[in-house]
Amino acid sequence: MSKNKPLDLLLDPVFRKNPIALLVLGICSALAVTTRLDKSLVMAICVTLVTAFSSAGIALIRNRIPSSIRIIVQMTVIASMVIVVDQLLKAFAFSLSKELSVFVGLIITNCIVMGRAEGFAMKENVTDSFIDGIGNGLGYGVILIVVGFFRELLGSGSLFGYPVLAKITDGGWYEANGLMLLSPSAFFLIGIMIWMIRTYYPDQVEEA
Amino acid sequence: MPELLSVLLKSIFVENLALTFFLGMCTFLAVSKNVKTALGLGVAVIAVQAITVPVNNIMYRSFLKSGSLANYDLEFLGLICYIGVIAAIVQILEMILDKFFPALYNTLGIFLPLITVNCAILGGSLFMVQRDYDFVHSVVYGIGSGVGWALAIVALAAIREKLKYSDVPKGLRGLGITFITVGLMALGFLAFSGV
Repeated sequence: MSKNKPLDLLLDPVFRKNPIALLVLGICSALAVTTRLDKSLVMAICVTLVTAFSSAGIALIRNRIPSSIRIIVQMTVIASMVIVVDQLLKAFAFSLSKELSVFVGLIITNCIVMGRAEGFAMKENVTDSFIDGIGNGLGYGVILIVVGFFRELLGSGSLFGYPVLAKITDGGWYEANGLMLLSPSAFFLIGIMIWMIRTYYPDQVEEA
Repeated sequence: MPELLSVLLKSIFVENLALTFFLGMCTFLAVSKNVKTALGLGVAVIAVQAITVPVNNIMYRSFLKSGSLANYDLEFLGLICYIGVIAAIVQILEMILDKFFPALYNTLGIFLPLITVNCAILGGSLFMVQRDYDFVHSVVYGIGSGVGWALAIVALAAIREKLKYSDVPKGLRGLGITFITVGLMALGFLAFSGV
């Protein structure tokens, strides 16, 4: 499988094989942090870094991991990466790291990271795994940012904390949609996005 | 005692891990195609959750909490320890299932190792630490949150079984409609918290 083209590896997961939309991986943290755009952006960056570096790390030692304890080894590599990211966030963006609370830690259990480690990095070489990790992180990030954009815009009338739609409470015209800040709206938004992606790529439609 | 009961009920309904914190979504959506498998996974999650949360509680109280082990503050090692405990317990469970219940082992397939990365399990441990539960509370919380998750996945699987007979727009079939369904279920569960 050394004929993998780097560009395909990078872009395939973003659009055609989006880890969220097609493989249903990593939804867990995707929904809880998307009430604001800046949180989504930080989360997307964290996940991309963790996926890329842990895939590369696991690919590096893949031939030395006994298969019976591979999950523990993978988790350890991933957990170390997440601890680094967590400590960095605490040092340089403390207020954001407080708001993300347990969800930075939960990157460990983000199935995208684990899925790529188990499904790709265990079989492929270091460079390919690294690029594949970045691509999957980006694919996750794109969805996160789109959902975050709509939830913040419709839910609080602002983007990155700056008011965009003037709310009625501030003397404007826009009645903020509180539902957008609650959990169900994230499900509806992702459901609709999947609908759009699958209408564009009909081959992904499930015959269920 | 009434306090323990309230922790139990709260973790099952009000703070349902799947529907209010979106934890364990990956397996939640992927394994909910029929009630039987969903039930199997639900039971597995309850078992793992009921073991790991108390074990992590002991770990946290006796080693990691600052001041508990000489003068070291090892809280930053928390994540790696919890996940180590969870991975070990899941692997043991996997071996037991493989040996004694091969049929269940085959249906759960790839999703059994994925219990390790089931955010509900790690999330349970993290919430336990954040809320500073003692040992008895952590046992109750572990069982309650596991039951809540299992309840949600079985309910979703039942709805999806019925959905097979409905005429869903083409692109929305499968995953799309599942998301919408879960959204509606989450709306329903919001009622428990009295919003």
